[in-house]
Amino acid sequence: MSDATQDGPVLAADGRPLKRSLARALRAQKLRALMLIAPLLIFILVTFIAPIVDMLFRSVENQIVSETLPRTVVALDEWDPSDLPEDDVYAALALDFYAATERRQHTRLGSRLNYETTGMSSLFRKTGRGVDDIGEIYTDQFVDLNEQWEDPLFWLPLVSDTGWLASRPAEGEDRPLSLFRIDAEFGASFPRAAEAYEVFARTIQETDGDDPAEEEPWHLVYAALYHDLMAIHDSGEGAEGLGRFDGPVFVAALEAVPGFETQSYRDAFEDIDEDWLDLEVWGTIEAFSDPFTAGYFLSSVDLQLTPQGIEAQPEDQRLYLLLFWRTLFMSGVITISCILLGYPIAYLLSNLPTRTSNLLLILVLLPFWTSLLVRTSAWKVLLQQQGVINDILVWIGLVADDSRLALINNQTGTIIAMTHILLPFMILPMFSVMKTIPPSYVRAAKSLGATNFTAFRRVYFPQSIPGIGAGCILVFILAIGYYITPELVGGRTGTFISNRIAFHISSSLNWGLAAALGSILLAVVLVLYWLYDRIVGIDNVKLG
Amino acid sequence: MDTKLPPYATFGQRIWFYGFRVICGLIFFFLIAPIIIIIPLSFNAEDFFTFTPGMLAFERDAYSLHHYQDFFGEDGYPWSGLLIGLGIGAVLTVILKVWKGNLNLFPILIGAIFGLVIGKLTGLEGEEWMTPLRNSLMIAPVATLLSVGFGTLAAIGLSQTHVPFKGAIMAILISPMIVPLIISAAGMYFFYSRIGLQGTYWGVVLAHAALGIPFVIITVTATLVGFDRSLTRAAANLGANPVTTFFRIQMPLILPGVISGGLFAFITSFDEVVVVIFVGSAGQQTLPWQMFTGLREQISPVILAAATILVAISIVLLATVEMLRRRSERLRGIAPH
Repeated sequence: MSDATQDGPVLAADGRPLKRSLARALRAQKLRALMLIAPLLIFILVTFIAPIVDMLFRSVENQIVSETLPRTVVALDEWDPSDLPEDDVYAALALDFYAATERRQHTRLGSRLNYETTGMSSLFRKTGRGVDDIGEIYTDQFVDLNEQWEDPLFWLPLVSDTGWLASRPAEGEDRPLSLFRIDAEFGASFPRAAEAYEVFARTIQETDGDDPAEEEPWHLVYAALYHDLMAIHDSGEGAEGLGRFDGPVFVAALEAVPGFETQSYRDAFEDIDEDWLDLEVWGTIEAFSDPFTAGYFLSSVDLQLTPQGIEAQPEDQRLYLLLFWRTLFMSGVITISCILLGYPIAYLLSNLPTRTSNLLLILVLLPFWTSLLVRTSAWKVLLQQQGVINDILVWIGLVADDSRLALINNQTGTIIAMTHILLPFMILPMFSVMKTIPPSYVRAAKSLGATNFTAFRRVYFPQSIPGIGAGCILVFILAIGYYITPELVGGRTGTFISNRIAFHISSSLNWGLAAALGSILLAVVLVLYWLYDRIVGIDNVKLG
Repeated sequence: MDTKLPPYATFGQRIWFYGFRVICGLIFFFLIAPIIIIIPLSFNAEDFFTFTPGMLAFERDAYSLHHYQDFFGEDGYPWSGLLIGLGIGAVLTVILKVWKGNLNLFPILIGAIFGLVIGKLTGLEGEEWMTPLRNSLMIAPVATLLSVGFGTLAAIGLSQTHVPFKGAIMAILISPMIVPLIISAAGMYFFYSRIGLQGTYWGVVLAHAALGIPFVIITVTATLVGFDRSLTRAAANLGANPVTTFFRIQMPLILPGVISGGLFAFITSFDEVVVVIFVGSAGQQTLPWQMFTGLREQISPVILAAATILVAISIVLLATVEMLRRRSERLRGIAPH
């Protein structure tokens, strides 16, 4: 028995191989650790990471064009950008536009495209008012031919799927009408009219809850029917081409259509607004018809997507590169001011006896714990033209009363206030590094003949660099994303990219551009975060 | 640097020694003065933001409390609240005395403070400053509870010996502190609008809880780093089960870290303004939001009164955190003195 255990694998007390037992215990430990972390991880993923991912998605998402004008986008596939689109594109646009107007979505799309080409918003609004007249000329001629054409109940049995017709609730029955379905045979004989009628029926059902049995079809349905009948007429099949629909009303219509007075869709759009004959308008729609776009990112770096490709924005609209540059520049200035002010303090604190340094440390921690708004309002009060600082300067006689310094609502204001606000974030990491530098090194250097300055420069300073690095990255990360302080004391010249992001979210409602600007800023911050992790380690972040 | 100047120091060394101290003094002044200076300014009798000649001459009439009166308003029932709070505190004290035997006046103090605040903040009708304060006090504690609850559990999990993907998990959990607030705010605004949380109380609470979590993780893991595992082994050896061990041994030791993490989370939520502006609606207007609006539109001296009160609150919080930190270091036997 004892021989057997010595030859085989080492066994645990319960007789299983020790290796397996250990592995199982390790697995159980890992699982327990993960179980403890899981609730928080899920919480953060839902409340924080998902919003960030949503923002990244929004910065490229552009489904509004293909959702609002689905048929136009398809029809534009074969468009040659050097010439105006064919009439069938205009026909698709008419139908899409009519449906969008009924759903009140055309103004939304107009404002979206207006970010890319100015004038789109007013063009869409104007078109929304005029689009219901397109095709009226055909309606009148059909009705002149036979009054039945304007009777909704004449249309309904012809065009509806028999199953859908049978499912209609009976008189007095209280149940919702299911979504309209078109008859397949009608669709085979009259493809354009079938599509137009289906859009008409579904749109009125979905927007106002109306019943197609009670509403006269849109003019566009008649226009589509005219084109279908003309196609049958041109094919020379005669009444054969009508298929099942060879009743006298249709035969009469087929005979009459060649004599109809006509108006092309393009002319109809031209009547509404001549801009529809502008290649740039079509170029914009085509360029932004993909469900995803780089347009917002291009705008974020002062480029634009035009029908001719990527181009620089006109001089007077370039803004964002300047803002990014200013954000980086001012954050740099703030970081440097923080080093200059923070280094002596950290040095002093780390060389004083613990009791004194703890007392002085409170002077650093108090601002750190004080509300950001309090500190910003303090600076807003102090830096005003009639504020305390200017009063003192005038009192000393440094500045004349009529030429008080403009310390606020410009870059100076932002730099002063933010240096003050971020200084503790520089001092605390520096202090925690400097505390660990043994004073004997400097003493050794001095006893070897180094002057005070050389000992500091060659021995002390190199050892304090990790603290400077940690503080710099921390302050820089915090500075480039600041919003509140620049907003309140920055005026026009002292604002950061964050302020522009906030503006696009709440005022201009250009969410895609806000998301793209945010994504770029986020990328910069994440690179710095990664650096910080490499240099300092996130586990080593200390508070207070 | 030596703390005392040796008697043989040269003239240049003396200059440098005192010069350096003067420079440091000026920097300390720069750090503290803006916060201190708003305190006397908030007692200004006039609606100015600078010292009036009367204030500089210390005239009685130049100072007044009327900005504080504007801040507190007239609604609410502070005194009835105070009485009720005192009553409940007294009852608790008596119960504790009977139960544990020692006289502890702490419940009376806590009862009085809570009674006063809750009484003052009930029955408000559109008070300019008290309603935001009430909103802040309704949001911050709930957000704090959420972050402390989830955060402490996770910190204990993270401090185990074998944690798979520890680096990645840590990076995700700390990210709310690193990602600029405007980006968090933008993302939350978009996402919470999609799921119907935008403009609701719970939307703001969840957002603030997420922002507070890194602070809890950092402070609690910091206390767990120095945690001596032989203590739990000793407890197990003496027959305690894991749950008893946790509550009797581990919890009292990490409690200071948990409380200071909670205070950080509280102050994060209480001071936060960017996210609440976007995620909240008018019904969730908090005190910092009101100050932000006030500063942006027409700046009124009442803001200075509000700021002074916030400074007082932060002094109390800072003192508490410092006390807890020292207590924790003493308990764990790593105190420097």
